[in-house]
Amino acid sequence: MANEVCFRTLEYLKQPWELDEYKSRGGYEVLNHILKNKIEPSEVVETMKTSGLRGRGGAGFPTGLKWSFISRNAPGQKYVVCNSDEGEPGTFKDRDILRYNPHQLIEGMVIAGYAIGATVGYNYIRGEFWEEYERFEAALEQARAAGFLGDNLLGSGFDFQLHSHLGGGAYVCGEETALLESIEGKKGQPRFKPPFPAHFGLYGRPTIINNTESLSSVPVILKEGGEWFKELGVENSGGSKLFSISGNIKNPGVFEVPLGTPFSELFKLVGGMKDGHKLKAVVPGGCSSPVIPGEQMMDLTMDYDAIQNAGSMLGSGAIVIIDDQQCMVKLLDRMSYFYHEESCGQCTPCREGTGWLWRVVNRIENGKGRQEDLDLLESVCGKIAGRTVCALGDAAAMPVRGMLKHFQEEFQYHIDHKKCMVGAGPTKGLG
Amino acid sequence: MNKFMNPLQTRNKEEIFSAEIREDIDRWIAKYPPEWKQSAVMAALRIMQDDNGGWLTTELMDDVAEYLDMSPIHVYEVATFYSMYELKPVGKHKICVCTNIACMINDSDAIVKHLKEKLGIGFGEVTEDGRFSLKEVECLGACGGAPMFQIGRKYYENLTPKVVDSILDGLE
Ligand SMILES: Cc1cc2nc3c(=O)[nH]c(=O)nc-3n(C[C@H](O)[C@H](O)[C@H](O)COP(=O)(O)O)c2cc1C
Ligand code: SF4
Repeated sequence: MANEVCFRTLEYLKQPWELDEYKSRGGYEVLNHILKNKIEPSEVVETMKTSGLRGRGGAGFPTGLKWSFISRNAPGQKYVVCNSDEGEPGTFKDRDILRYNPHQLIEGMVIAGYAIGATVGYNYIRGEFWEEYERFEAALEQARAAGFLGDNLLGSGFDFQLHSHLGGGAYVCGEETALLESIEGKKGQPRFKPPFPAHFGLYGRPTIINNTESLSSVPVILKEGGEWFKELGVENSGGSKLFSISGNIKNPGVFEVPLGTPFSELFKLVGGMKDGHKLKAVVPGGCSSPVIPGEQMMDLTMDYDAIQNAGSMLGSGAIVIIDDQQCMVKLLDRMSYFYHEESCGQCTPCREGTGWLWRVVNRIENGKGRQEDLDLLESVCGKIAGRTVCALGDAAAMPVRGMLKHFQEEFQYHIDHKKCMVGAGPTKGLG
Repeated sequence: MNKFMNPLQTRNKEEIFSAEIREDIDRWIAKYPPEWKQSAVMAALRIMQDDNGGWLTTELMDDVAEYLDMSPIHVYEVATFYSMYELKPVGKHKICVCTNIACMINDSDAIVKHLKEKLGIGFGEVTEDGRFSLKEVECLGACGGAPMFQIGRKYYENLTPKVVDSILDGLE
């Protein structure tokens, strides 16, 4: 079983992003049904709850529950915002939705608007995704012309306008409240929570913000039913999921499989390691998720609980597969540089701490490490994690802890011998 | 002199930008609530940057501020926060090379080395003829095609030094 939700139309259609083709596989039928039959919005939210869909942006918060925090009848403007900022290193699935199935996202967003009583939506697309933005804009035009967006949709009296907003290059804008600030024309610095966006969101109005994959799943969930979706997956991890799989493998790409699929099966799907090298380690859920040794990974299933019990996170479903030619110190050096570069700077522990982490890992990588550095790294992590406005601080600490837990001997070797255990050589082109 | 703070120097909107630019920016302004014109600041900065050969001058940022009824400092904050705005001249072709983890373990180092040697410049520099500039960027969300870079608006994936040569040779 594969390609049942977000990639549902892809294998049947030549140009699945075109409205006519999308409609030929049942596209916009769910929206049509909801509007024509004036389905109770609360019923839509209930189905979403039943489905067990957990937010695909990384945090895994139940989507139906999030929607139920907004009272549909509260007066005034409400918003639906889609998070297509896709910046977590290793993640490249939302790009494929925007490119290949934009209408399903649009349909999902209109239904979300109907469910919470919002008449305006924004899709925040990362600024570098220009080609994807153009594809999405073209889909918006088609949807408007066909009456799926605009005023009085299909004669139902329900209005929904949808616009795209382009980012400007900032990982932190993927954090939901930074994203809202960014739409408001400000620098993307996360807000303190609470209040949560459901109460004080875009322009201070009640807002739901969901990932591209979460919202694209909506039409299929409502078509097939919440139970159906839930049954695709396993306990606590309903549905199927897009996995972005990259690294030292033969056939990288985005694969949609049920949650709970064994990692070993995905490993087969991507053709195994390339160039005859051996599997060493796996980053299972994006750069921020702690690394897991390859052997252990081979026994795990890809669902929220299994990966969490192994000490990591399913996150955005971005799997980076690493071979035995790679130096883990160099890898962590690059990761730590990333968080240092992307910290928005408003919390001292994150702003200063990410710089500390990077400088210390970098000196170990470059043969200048000291024995006390390993404790120092742990101590800096402890001073960042849980002490910041947004989760970027935790995200910076987690990979450091994962590396020290599983690959401490490589760090020790660097400190003792001032060189790598493997042949990769010191980092170049950074700083 | 801060034009925004001095009402005597406030120009008509028509005087700030050409009709074509205004049309482009106004299309963005229309997406947001009328009292939130400033939501269009990111788009306006991008439009002006593209119009100016890829980078923003203080005068252009001031113009954007005036056009959107924002204070200049607010616009500078936005322009300096996001990595895609350039405050110094860049090459006609801005090459943004990803060196983040998926690209790194697929030897983006070799791509970087090749580019630096071929063009004779480092990150943050422009070739003498103004044709190329190099920039190191964070993950661009195309890890399946690692190593990769972006030139202008286009992504190029599965790079090797040879592929890089043919891409650069094919640019005007
Ligand atoms: C630093 C940081 C970066 C994030 N980047 C993204 C992102 O690129 N895309 C995304 O959907 N969520 C991202 N998130 C998670 C969002 O804050 C939010 O949880 C998500 O968009 C909610 O949608 P969901 O419930 O459908 O997953 C990020 C969070 C943090 C702390
Ligand atoms: S944790 Fe870091 S990125 Fe998040 S708000 Fe604080 S300084 Fe900004």
